[in-house]
Amino acid sequence: MSAPIVRVTGLHKSFGSLEVLKGVDMQINAGEVIVVFGRSGSGKSTFLRCINFLEEPTQGTIEVAGRSISAGIPTRFRRKQVQHLRRTCGMVFQQFNLFPHMSVLDNVMEAPRRISTDSAKSVRDHAMSLLADVGLADKAAEYPIRLSGGQQQRVAIARALAMRPQVMLFDEPTSALDPELIHEVLSVMRNLAQDHSTTMIVVTHEMGFAREVATRMCFFHEGRILEQCAPEQMFDGARLPETQRFLNAVM
Amino acid sequence: MPLAPTDEAVPQQRHGLAQSLELFSLKLPFRVKVAAVWLVIGGLLLAGFLKSGFDIAWMGDHAFAIAKAVWVTIAFSVIAISLAVGLALLGAQGRVSRNPIAYGISGFYTSFFRGTPLIVQLFLWYLALPQLALGLLPEQYATWFIWPAQVAGIVGIAFNYGAYMTEIFRSGIEAVPHGQAEAAAALGMSPGQQMRRIILPQATRIVIPATGNEFIAMMKDTALIGLLGTTLFWADPFRMAQLSGKADFRNLEALIAAALVYWGLTAVFSFFQRKLEERMSKGYVRQVKNAA
Repeated sequence: MSAPIVRVTGLHKSFGSLEVLKGVDMQINAGEVIVVFGRSGSGKSTFLRCINFLEEPTQGTIEVAGRSISAGIPTRFRRKQVQHLRRTCGMVFQQFNLFPHMSVLDNVMEAPRRISTDSAKSVRDHAMSLLADVGLADKAAEYPIRLSGGQQQRVAIARALAMRPQVMLFDEPTSALDPELIHEVLSVMRNLAQDHSTTMIVVTHEMGFAREVATRMCFFHEGRILEQCAPEQMFDGARLPETQRFLNAVM
Repeated sequence: MPLAPTDEAVPQQRHGLAQSLELFSLKLPFRVKVAAVWLVIGGLLLAGFLKSGFDIAWMGDHAFAIAKAVWVTIAFSVIAISLAVGLALLGAQGRVSRNPIAYGISGFYTSFFRGTPLIVQLFLWYLALPQLALGLLPEQYATWFIWPAQVAGIVGIAFNYGAYMTEIFRSGIEAVPHGQAEAAAALGMSPGQQMRRIILPQATRIVIPATGNEFIAMMKDTALIGLLGTTLFWADPFRMAQLSGKADFRNLEALIAAALVYWGLTAVFSFFQRKLEERMSKGYVRQVKNAA
C-alpha cells in the first residue's frame, strides 16, 4: 500500500484558553472520501482548517503529499511551505467566498494564472473544462452575483480544482444552500469522488451523501475523533452512545 | 397652533393671493421649484453686485486670465492626489498590519497630519524643513530640502490628504469580508497577491465615494499653496484673482471670478465621480444590463 496522502499527527488547537482540538490523528490514502461529522463546536471545521493552515495549529504535524509542516514555527519562516501545501489542497467553503469583482471564468483562472507556470491558453482550457464538469460552462462570463447559491458553490468547486490539488477539503459545502439547491452540489461532489477518485475530506451532515460516497466516517466529539469506521458499520450500529445519539438526531 | 386648518380658520370662498400661489405651486414638480429658488438666490446676488457697482466689464477683461490659471489647480490636484493615494496605500497597509513598526509609523503619521492645521503643515514643509535640514546635514545635501513654494505646497497637501485617506483605505480594506482573503489564501496565493488581486480591488469600490470627496476638498485646498508665495507661472485662479483684484481695487469681481472657476471645476469632477461609481458597481448589481 502506498504512503498516505494526508497524515495528521497529534493535532491540537486552542483559541486562547479554549481548547478546540485535543489531539487528532488521521491518515488518509489517495482516493478516500472521509466524511467528518459531529455537533457544532466539536472541532470538525477547525480540524479541516488546520489541514491547510487557515488556522495555525497549536501543536502537531500536518503532512500532505509527502511534505510535512509542524506547529510552533513563526509563520514568516515557513510561509512558502504553507503556500505550497495550500496549493495541494483545494478548499470549498460554506459561504462559497467567490471573488465578486471577477467573472466566473476569472474566478477559476485566478490562482493558476498567478501561481502556476502553465501557459495562458492551457490555464484557460483547463478552467473551461472544469466549468463544463460542474455544468456551468455557459456561465463563464457571468459575475457570481448573478448565479444561484448552488451554482456559486459549483463554481467554487471548480475554482478549488483549478490548481490540480491532491486533496479536496469541503467545509459544510451545502449548509448555506436552500434545500432544493443542495442536490446539485452533492452530485458534483459525488461525481468527483466516483469518476475522478478525488481524495476528499468533507465536513457535512448530509448523511445520504455519506452513506453513498464516503469510504470512512469520523465522528468528532469534544475535540477528538470519538469513532471512525465505514459508513455501513456507522449506520448499522455505531458503537458509542454519543455517536448513536447524534446520528439519531440528524437522521 | 393647529396643524391642520379648521373650517372656521379657512373660510371656504376666500381666494387670496396666498391660496392662488399655493394652488399653483402644487402643480409644479419639486425640481422646478428648487430651480426657481436657485434662480432667485442668483438674481438677488446679481442685483446686489450690480447695485454695489460691480464692474462687469472689468470682470470680462480679467476673467479669462483668472480662469486660464485653472490648469495650475488641476496640475496641483493631480500630482497631489497621486502622491496622497500612494501614501494612503502604504499607510493603510501599516494600519492593518500586525507588525509593530509598520503600525507605529502609520499611527504617528495619521495622528500628526490629521491633528495639525493644513496651513501650518504647508509652512512647515516650506520654511521649517529647510531650517531642520541645514541644522542636520552638510550644506550640499541640505539644499535638497529647500523647495520652491509649489513643491512644498504639493508635498504638504499630499501628506495631509494621504493621512485622511489612510483611514479611508483602512476602513475599505477592513470592509472586505474576511472569507475573501481566506479563499485566496486557500488557493495558495501569497499575502501580497491576496492584497493586490482580491482585497484592494474590492476595497477600491468601497472607498471611491469617500476618495472622490477628498479629491474635491483637495482641489479647493490647493488654493492655499498660493499663500506660500508661488511664482506667477504657478499662480492658480485664487492667486491670479488676488494679484489682479488688488491692482485695480476690483477684489469683489476678481474673487467672484475665482470662486466660479473652483465651483465649476468641482461640479465637473462630481459628474465624473458619479459615472465612475456606476461603472464600479459591475459584479455587485444583479440587474441585467445587456452585456455588450
